[in-house]
Amino acid sequence: MTDETAVLSPSAAAPERAAADGGGRGRPGQVWRSRRYRWDLRWSPYAFVAPFFLFFAAFGLFPLLYTGWAALHQVELTDPDSMTWVGLRNFTRLWDDEFFWNALRNTVTIGLLSTVPQLAIALGVAHLLNYRLRGSAFFRVAVLTPYATSVAAATLVFVLLFGRDYGMINWALSAAGVGPVDWQNGTFASQLAVSTIVIWRWTGYNALIYLAAMQAVPGELYESAALDGASRWQQFLHVTVPSLWPTILFTGVVSTIGATQLFGEPLLFNGGAGATGGSDHQFQTLGLYLYEQGWVNLHLGRASAIAWAMFLLLLLIAGAARLLRGRGDTR
Amino acid sequence: MRSLRAGRLTYGVLGLFTAGSLFPLVWTAIAASRTNTRLAQTPPPFWFGGNLGRNLQIAWTDANMGTALLNTVIVAGTVTIGTVLFSTLAGFAFAKLHFRGRRMLMALVVGTMLVPPQLSVVPLYMLIAKLSWTDRLQAVVLPSLVCAFGVFFMRQYLVHALPTELVEAARTDGASSLRVVWHVVFPAARPAMAVLGMLTFVMAWNDFFWPIVALTQNGSPTVQVALTGLGRGYIPDQSVIMAGALLGTLPLLVVFLVFGRQIVGGIMQGAVKG
Repeated sequence: MTDETAVLSPSAAAPERAAADGGGRGRPGQVWRSRRYRWDLRWSPYAFVAPFFLFFAAFGLFPLLYTGWAALHQVELTDPDSMTWVGLRNFTRLWDDEFFWNALRNTVTIGLLSTVPQLAIALGVAHLLNYRLRGSAFFRVAVLTPYATSVAAATLVFVLLFGRDYGMINWALSAAGVGPVDWQNGTFASQLAVSTIVIWRWTGYNALIYLAAMQAVPGELYESAALDGASRWQQFLHVTVPSLWPTILFTGVVSTIGATQLFGEPLLFNGGAGATGGSDHQFQTLGLYLYEQGWVNLHLGRASAIAWAMFLLLLLIAGAARLLRGRGDTR
Repeated sequence: MRSLRAGRLTYGVLGLFTAGSLFPLVWTAIAASRTNTRLAQTPPPFWFGGNLGRNLQIAWTDANMGTALLNTVIVAGTVTIGTVLFSTLAGFAFAKLHFRGRRMLMALVVGTMLVPPQLSVVPLYMLIAKLSWTDRLQAVVLPSLVCAFGVFFMRQYLVHALPTELVEAARTDGASSLRVVWHVVFPAARPAMAVLGMLTFVMAWNDFFWPIVALTQNGSPTVQVALTGLGRGYIPDQSVIMAGALLGTLPLLVVFLVFGRQIVGGIMQGAVKG
């Protein structure tokens, strides 16, 4: 500590000036200090970023690459140390596996069912929140509250709300004259129910992101649009939405990535019946299928192959988003 | 001015949306205060019953909620401290320090945000199995200790919030890098550190996929893992499950009640710059 307070004198930072000042310190100490200072200046940035990269290398990059390696082997959960090389067999098996294609289809439909309405509602809610409101802080916090609820807690509640015989939603539907829906066994119905949980948890979060972007739109754009006689709806369509295009794309990509990895909702929506995603796999997603292959059927190699298939899917989506962004720029 | 005053319709629609957002939470409490028999009747209950204490108690002992909550506090707390600390250090380096490979490394950080966690679970599981960490808390703490979004968030914040002259002034005074971090960077970064801390805490508290792979109900489960064990009986008691869900959610709701505005601000801030 005393050493460091000494460094506070200008001598270390500007040695040549310190020499001219003729401060009464010994030369060797000064040289040592300035060397240490330069060393610090040069290497401390790496020290500051090192923890991130070290942890990422150990728990992110290494596992990522190793997944590719494991996908080429037969590995069982019971004995993960013994790996037998099988080449591409895990992948060819997936290709012929109807449950894989079923999970892929479900992931796409549930992804669309949850992402599209979610973002559309979020855009509308953000538009309303952008008005001058009394109690705007309350609305913002309330809208975000589902974000604080865990997948597990939220899904357990919705299982009850979507119950076939005594659930509140079916009770309300019956009261409205629409027959009760079997939310767990119907294919479309169960996928809609799972999507509802996702929509409930994330719409408010996306609304706040849109709200932030809306507040960054310059007011003159609206003024000139109003001068041109654009109605509020036209202003929303021709000023707000184009200005928000990058943000919409961003949330779209993030939500799609989230949808690709959907796991907790379909796992727990099954009411404790395991990772099958319903009696007929009707809402089994890729994430759930990965879990079933790896941790129920104990085939870690096949689970790795599913993981890589998911990764390819994400790359496709990222590519599509890139194309869309290009289109958005030319507007 | 652009922001128009809200009309009745705006309040009406927003009110409905808010009700939809809050209703499942309120109903969790209502269901938790009833009996399983009552929940298996129509119409479903709309108001609180007198069974909350009993259900909470059963959930508490059946799912070992006390231990699970303690585990979750430890996990979420450690992850939050690690993430905030490491993100601030790295964010500062990327925002204000010059070093070789800075651009490339930052691009790498952003790139890692795209890698889905499920791509690494198999080897990660093999790794912790080899280290005999299955069912131990370090299995869920260590992989989450750093976070690319955190680094990105802190960098974006510090680029503007930390005047470069301040860092340079401290430098010309001969301050070492650690002193600069302690006396200049941390004070300037405090608001963003608080927001990142809250966001990380919420995320770590609610994490599900990896904990359920790495921890079982017989080891040291987090609340989320313990919750999945509640519904396992032959005839699951829904009111007890709801009591468990309530126990797992309540601590975060309190955090939200206290810091909600800051969390909202943080999400909106992160969004504009992101």
